Amino acid sequence: MGQPVTGQPRVVIVGAGPAGVRCAQTLLAAGISPIVIDESRRDGGQIYRRQPENFGRPYAKLYGTEAARAEDLHTTFERLRPKIDYRPNTLAWNVAERKLHLVHEGHASALPYDALILCPGATDRLMPVKGWQFAGTYSLGASQIALKSQAVSIGRKVVFMGSGPLLYLVANQYVQAGAQVAAVLDTSKFAQRLRALPKLLARPDVLKKGAALVSSLKKAGVSVVNGIEPLEIVGTDADGVQGVTYRDASGREQRIVCDAVALGYHLRPETQLADLARCAFRFDEPTRQWLPQIDELGRSSQAGVYLAGDGVRVLGADGAELAGRLAAYAALSDLGHTIDASTLDELKRQQQKMDRFRLGLVEAFPWPAAQAARLSDDTVVCRCEGITVGELRRVTRDEGACEANRAKAFSRVGMGRCQGRYCGHAAAEIIADAAGVPVEMVGRLRGQAPVKPLSIATVEEVE
Amino acid sequence: MNGRFIRLGETGRKTVAIRVDGKDVEALAGDTLLVAMLCSVDHVRQSEFGNEVRAGFCLMGACQDCWVWTAEGERLRACTTVVSEGLQIVTTQAEAQWANL
Repeated sequence: MGQPVTGQPRVVIVGAGPAGVRCAQTLLAAGISPIVIDESRRDGGQIYRRQPENFGRPYAKLYGTEAARAEDLHTTFERLRPKIDYRPNTLAWNVAERKLHLVHEGHASALPYDALILCPGATDRLMPVKGWQFAGTYSLGASQIALKSQAVSIGRKVVFMGSGPLLYLVANQYVQAGAQVAAVLDTSKFAQRLRALPKLLARPDVLKKGAALVSSLKKAGVSVVNGIEPLEIVGTDADGVQGVTYRDASGREQRIVCDAVALGYHLRPETQLADLARCAFRFDEPTRQWLPQIDELGRSSQAGVYLAGDGVRVLGADGAELAGRLAAYAALSDLGHTIDASTLDELKRQQQKMDRFRLGLVEAFPWPAAQAARLSDDTVVCRCEGITVGELRRVTRDEGACEANRAKAFSRVGMGRCQGRYCGHAAAEIIADAAGVPVEMVGRLRGQAPVKPLSIATVEEVE
Repeated sequence: MNGRFIRLGETGRKTVAIRVDGKDVEALAGDTLLVAMLCSVDHVRQSEFGNEVRAGFCLMGACQDCWVWTAEGERLRACTTVVSEGLQIVTTQAEAQWANL
């Protein structure tokens, strides 16, 4: 293991979630053994994240209605493992001159590739709220990871706040696991979900599962409130979160006592490696963000670089599996393999349905862009370095920093240790509002290497 | 406050002893360092830029909010580190790293 068979092209996949695993499987079936780089200790990605080996909860308990899909993905990967070069605990931190730069247990190395398929997944998309820096505020994804991979709740009494299907899924998983859910507070309005129905009907089975999640929460006696505006996560510097205040749909201020908040507005793709590989980006109007440009198979604007899964466009796990297969076929085709046209057509047809459903979700649970203008000046926008919305507005208005990277240089918003992952999208909205320009004109934070902080003790290996 | 996180299952695992700022903390095999710490204490570090304590945020290795240090000065990301017997953690970075010029 480790060296590709002489004469075989070297195909490198980043990520071992739904997209990466299906991609590897498709390549192997065509006779190409890929190298699979994954930052995690175990395969599965986030949504099908595996619990540690000494945990005993069954698939049905961990993954609910998606148990069969999760198990199939995991067993598929177990079958692939002996036949591929799988490198867990390995961070891909840069792409330059057709080499992928890696670090594994403090040792850095460069891996040349003939084809690079990026399946890096997504993180939570966040809009700040006053007080979100207090201990006990977690991203929505974090609250799910705590339960799924560690069997813990993030607090004694948890509020789920934000928007998106994950809000209802995780709140349900908490209820079923015996945690106390104080409330589910959704910024989207019920009417928006009704309007999105025609698009959501592209996947009626998923729509039905979603509706079941909401009704099971209500049956469990959990308060589910639509059309709210978050006002503040109330807490203290020393003790963290103590409650949440919000404005309800009729304009009244409400307060809920809790010691933990799971906050999130759907997901944002991890696009840094695509950016470093110099892939072209386009503005995605429905989600108000810049995304890498791909063709219908996942080819980027750079020859030999392919993008799949939630790391390029958030389609969810099923869409990621399809995208992984499609990207593998694109790479195989570009490497001179013949691909069965009817197989491709069927995958593309399914993927179009996934995209229609994606647009339905965006309409049903919209990114709350308008909140940015109403955030108070003393709200923290950058959690890493405690920089306020007021400071970002000041550099925009007084120093003319109307572009994301310039505003970052002046204010340090986006320069902290998360590298703009959790403030970048909200910062763009705040800048756009303060400058009075459309958000696409603010641009996007450029991906910077290393895409995550490296230890100063990292040792470079020369191949 | 004692712990921040609440265990909801998988409690039959064998225990692993670690120390945090000189105090004994009982973890379970398979715990991440962040979970082990937050089942006993309510934060993992002090913000360098504000007055508030911090307890992690993303749990997936993306936000870097849960950095802690070993007694030897090695930086660990608590949410992606698995606990091991005898691990000694300090929640403040050793000042000795800055030369006193």
